[in-house]
Amino acid sequence: MNKYYLNYLDELESEAIYILREVWAQFENPVILFSGGKDSILVTHLAKKAFYPAKIPFALMHVDTGHNFPETIQFRDDLIKELGVKLIVGSVQDSIDQGRVAEEKGKNATRNALQITTLLDAIDNNKVDCAIGGGRRDEEKARAKERFFSHRNDFGEWDPKNQRPELWNHLNGKHFEGEHFRAFPISNWTEMDVWNYIKRENISIPSLYYAHERDVVFRSNSWIPMSEFLKLEENEQVVKKKIRFRTLGDITITGGIESDADTLEKIALEVSAMRKTERGDRSDDKRSETAMEDRKKQGYF
Amino acid sequence: MQIDNNQLLRFTTAGSVDDGKSTLIGRLLYDSKSIFEDQLASITATSAKKGHDGVDMALFTDGLRDEREQGITIDVAYRYFTTPKRKFIIADTPGHIQYTRNMVTGASTANAAIILIDARHGVIEQTKRHSFIASLLNIPHLIVCVNKMDLVDFSEDRFNEIVTQFEEFSSKLIVKDVRFIPISALLGDNVVNSSENMKWYQGGTLLNTLETLHISSDINKIDSRFAVQTVLRPQREGFIDYRGYAGRVASGIYRVGDEVAVLPSGFTSKIKSINAGEQELEEAYAPMSISITLEDDIDISRGDMIVKKNNQPEPSQEFDVMLCWLANESAKPRAKYIVRHTSNEEQAMIKEVVYKMDINSFERNTEDKDLNMNDISRVKIRSTRPLMIDSYRDNRNTGSIILIDQATNETVAAGMIV
Repeated sequence: MNKYYLNYLDELESEAIYILREVWAQFENPVILFSGGKDSILVTHLAKKAFYPAKIPFALMHVDTGHNFPETIQFRDDLIKELGVKLIVGSVQDSIDQGRVAEEKGKNATRNALQITTLLDAIDNNKVDCAIGGGRRDEEKARAKERFFSHRNDFGEWDPKNQRPELWNHLNGKHFEGEHFRAFPISNWTEMDVWNYIKRENISIPSLYYAHERDVVFRSNSWIPMSEFLKLEENEQVVKKKIRFRTLGDITITGGIESDADTLEKIALEVSAMRKTERGDRSDDKRSETAMEDRKKQGYF
Repeated sequence: MQIDNNQLLRFTTAGSVDDGKSTLIGRLLYDSKSIFEDQLASITATSAKKGHDGVDMALFTDGLRDEREQGITIDVAYRYFTTPKRKFIIADTPGHIQYTRNMVTGASTANAAIILIDARHGVIEQTKRHSFIASLLNIPHLIVCVNKMDLVDFSEDRFNEIVTQFEEFSSKLIVKDVRFIPISALLGDNVVNSSENMKWYQGGTLLNTLETLHISSDINKIDSRFAVQTVLRPQREGFIDYRGYAGRVASGIYRVGDEVAVLPSGFTSKIKSINAGEQELEEAYAPMSISITLEDDIDISRGDMIVKKNNQPEPSQEFDVMLCWLANESAKPRAKYIVRHTSNEEQAMIKEVVYKMDINSFERNTEDKDLNMNDISRVKIRSTRPLMIDSYRDNRNTGSIILIDQATNETVAAGMIV
């Protein structure tokens, strides 16, 4: 038996580290887009490995909708301290106050779409030429054709028909002043790969991913956490449930699932038996068949 | 279930809707239980809206809105599925001649290629085109699926006839390993489950074949090549003089204590340590991302290559490549481009077009020397400084280049060094 081959997780890890190092070598001022979700935590963990024993050479950029889980913010601040890296916060509230965007109205109002303006402003103001994201191709069909190095024009827009071909391991990040790139080092990972890797490396993640008791409201087929931002409908009731979250976004749109999985082993086991995609509980993707594609074109994550 | 040692296999599928390519991928995903309920629900609804009986498997691979409106695949789409034996990445590419560049892109990282043949039509131009590209890109394993066997009464004779047809023309190609499987993607025969209708076929199903292809010996383990991506200088306590050369092993094996040469300078030293993150390693091999420190203090930067002292690539300033033109805009005669080879970049020009390949007939055209989108041609490239090249046949990583147009920053061509 030939031992000189990598297993799939090692190969995915090696590929992601290669991409992160290419970002560092090809751009002046890259940042990691950090949401506090498992995918951006994973990217940060991989960056730590890629540059060890040096520090992560990127700032972490958080687009803060103001509608956060408090646990996420605590986790973010602890991680920043541990890694000794800079945090850049783009605030959606500031964008609203400055009149750059207007808050959505109605029961299902979210700040999800407003993030695009805040993100692009933060990229502009901080002269960021590459924003590294935790997007994965298996997440959504508009992402299936995303490149590792994804070109954005000077309006921050994604043109799916005008992306650079990526052959072998050649990544071309050349750009003109004002343009920027998005880089996706974990493009080839699936949700299951992410969990298997988090488990293997024992990466710490926010407690929200583990099963816990919480006040929730049943809406659009999932359990939406009760928060000060949620406007209850007449027939809706707040109940206590043992739930956990599969993805973390805005507290107003992230639905939890009923679960007893309170360890990484149990989570991985649960995910492997899941029969629904993880974004199936995200109301931002349910708005239309092409919701993700449309937001991506405008400059979404 | 030993998930932890499972390998990753990347394969490409080229073909058009008519071959049943989308149906085949849909079938693979569906029968290997890689489709989620909400995806299935959405596709079942769409199938009903379009008036199909049952679930149209092809809808699983539906792409962006523009593509759906035109009913075609334009770009390379990546799909994922996992079985208890392996993780798979499918690079799904359109098969029409005007998408040659996408087929080349999808094939560039593939361990295996699936060639689909319609049992009613046998070997056609498209079959030859796909096989040629697979051979050109040096994909080690070719799986020829003779599809729609249900439409030829599951006939063994017909299958054998097509195998013979294929072998006749493919003798001109270089492919290490070719297998033939009679399937019906529509009904599922021999895709994931063995066919009840073709008892005469003794081989494995498509999935079984994908799960068991021997791929670990496909990587070049002889010629050690390591291109430096970036230099790690932590400048913090405990690591004041630390200089780590970060990169990904392209081929071969590196061990602590190995005598190495740094190119292009030619200085020699010994490997002092190999790291993968915090973990210290005794040896490293492709495709591991590592950092190396050397015994001696040598000036090394991005683009340099660390190789074994007794096995070095050929420094070349002028070399022949098989070039696939990717850009809309045709090549300008004797125009300058940036050539990217491993992590190195130099100015370069296309000195001469030797011939253009007709990828349907395998004939060489020495008259027409324009380089237009999707053309595959043999050209001579000259770079301002020598590149540390290998032939593509020996080494996919150090034998490949891309050309970048300085005026637009676009990647305009991909080349395989002859």
